[in-house]
Amino acid sequence: MKFLIRRLGFYLLAAWVSLTLNFFIPRLAPGDPASALQATFQGKLDPAALEAMKVAFGLTDAPLYEQYLTYAWNLLHGDLGISIAHFPAPVTEVIGEALGWTLFLAGISVVISFVLGTFLGIVSAWRRGGILDSIAPASFIFLGAFPYFWLAMLLLFVFGFLGGWFPLRHAHSDQLEIEFSLTFALDALTHAFLPALSIVLASLGGWLLSMRNTMIGILSEEYVTMAQAKGLSNLRVMLNYAARNALLPNITGFGMALGFVLSGSLLTEIVFSYPGQGYLLYEAVKSMDYPLMQGLFLAITVAVLAANWCVDVAYVFLDPRTRR
Amino acid sequence: MNFFLQLTRNRKATFGLALLGAFVFVSLLGPLFVREPAAFLAEPLQPPSLEYLLGTTRQGQDVFAQTICGARMSLTIGFLVGLIVVMIGATVGIAAGFLGGWVDDLLSLLTNVFLIIPGLPLAVVLAAYLEASPTSIAFVLILTGWAWNARVIRAQTLSIAQKDFISAAITSGESRLRIMFFEILPNMTSLVVSGFIGAVVYAIGAQVGLEFLGMGDVSEVTWGTNLFWASNNQALLTESWWTIVPTGVCVALVGFALVMINFAIDEMTNPKLRSEADFRKFALAAGVNPGFSTPVIRSEEAPSSEESSTPASPSPQSAGSR
Repeated sequence: MKFLIRRLGFYLLAAWVSLTLNFFIPRLAPGDPASALQATFQGKLDPAALEAMKVAFGLTDAPLYEQYLTYAWNLLHGDLGISIAHFPAPVTEVIGEALGWTLFLAGISVVISFVLGTFLGIVSAWRRGGILDSIAPASFIFLGAFPYFWLAMLLLFVFGFLGGWFPLRHAHSDQLEIEFSLTFALDALTHAFLPALSIVLASLGGWLLSMRNTMIGILSEEYVTMAQAKGLSNLRVMLNYAARNALLPNITGFGMALGFVLSGSLLTEIVFSYPGQGYLLYEAVKSMDYPLMQGLFLAITVAVLAANWCVDVAYVFLDPRTRR
Repeated sequence: MNFFLQLTRNRKATFGLALLGAFVFVSLLGPLFVREPAAFLAEPLQPPSLEYLLGTTRQGQDVFAQTICGARMSLTIGFLVGLIVVMIGATVGIAAGFLGGWVDDLLSLLTNVFLIIPGLPLAVVLAAYLEASPTSIAFVLILTGWAWNARVIRAQTLSIAQKDFISAAITSGESRLRIMFFEILPNMTSLVVSGFIGAVVYAIGAQVGLEFLGMGDVSEVTWGTNLFWASNNQALLTESWWTIVPTGVCVALVGFALVMINFAIDEMTNPKLRSEADFRKFALAAGVNPGFSTPVIRSEEAPSSEESSTPASPSPQSAGSR
């Protein structure tokens, strides 16, 4: 329990650091942000929107600490300002609509790639020098060297445009309403297939390799030899003795790599016009929607922190030593 | 020096170094021999032909020339960022590990916070406020990329700091800075080199990603902006695969070459992976099928396990390269 509370404290601190960064970045940029905003959006936005934006940024003449307190106060009330591209929708609303799709896409692909990669790593460490071990690590590492979004483009081109087997864009067919039904679920899954596949292909190699290497280390432990000497079945030794222990450091690695994989999946969303955080980020960059960009940064950070805490909880279940 | 010599004898490392060398060579000299990459030369969207080896873009630019010239900027930024990242990582990591106390607490906390904040969204927010230029991209990549190395190097410093020769250096009154950079640093060459390589892989990948998003200077010819323009010009819709394939393959080949070098380093420094390879060779030569569990070979000339100690964290090199 102490472990989980300590971690929670750390995540709160990390969240505080990122929202402080979020506050200072616009103010550290060259020039005065208020007039920079004015110059950028003069003529493109109506004065009311510009004023709303300044207020949202806390870009008033008040001293810095007062601006910071206003900003923190607004954040506490879930107020991230008004999106420029989606004017006059508040940023929180825009992000909220897209959050579900990102969690769905990134969630399933990260879990599939971790489980599959770990399993392949176990098997290739167990049968070192076998067929799987000589092919899988090298080829997945090669695939992993491609940028996520590039793999996505290639898959989209081959299976979407040329083959015509999968939908080309969006998270569901336009004529379907979002609802809990089999038709809609199937439709959403076909739309998620190619983006998820590109994330899985690009990230699988990392899990495979780190599991394989930890596993090789564990296999030389005496308790593994002992288990084999006792005549336990190979499957049991492999999974219950070696893999279970090799998994622990990998779970920690999983938490830390989450942010990286999520970043990749954001770029993948852009290729498929998948209506999640990544696609919003792209739109925000294109339309210079600063409030949306910053809101997305905070939302994604909080999502990663929350996911890491879930990983910590899983760790407590797997490692009895942390339960003391 | 011994370490670098060893590196050239490893098959994976030789392969990686050769491939990387080829790219560096081409990026240095290649631009002299190709057409002007940004010029509008020919009929747009021609498929690859003898005249235009990799076809032309929608603006009628030569894709071959763009791929070759893009390498220069992308590799320069990649290596530069990698170098600075590993320097920051080494300084922070060694300082935290060696000085301990509140310095360690503070630096470790900072490192862990930066490790957990997702890099791409932070980079996007930062880059959005900076002027779009290669320098801004490099700055953003350094800020979001230094933490991993600091963490790994700190872990190794903790184990080195307990060795006798460090106590001897402290007793003989050497300054702390001297101990950090002349006693500790040279004893983790392999870790620093592999950290550098991991950082270069990260820098090239993240740079391509940011530029693909349109955060870079889009008038500059780099691998990232090539893909940005290809995607902006609806490369998929017009089925002009030749505008995206060459750049992506180049990025992947460079990444693969770097990762291969890191594997080789991992193999050389991780005693378990090494004894594994030795044993397999030995067993196969004797006509015996090597078994399932990893053997431990004791060799006469390497008596102590201390020499080859690696940090307890699971293969930091491979994880870092993600």
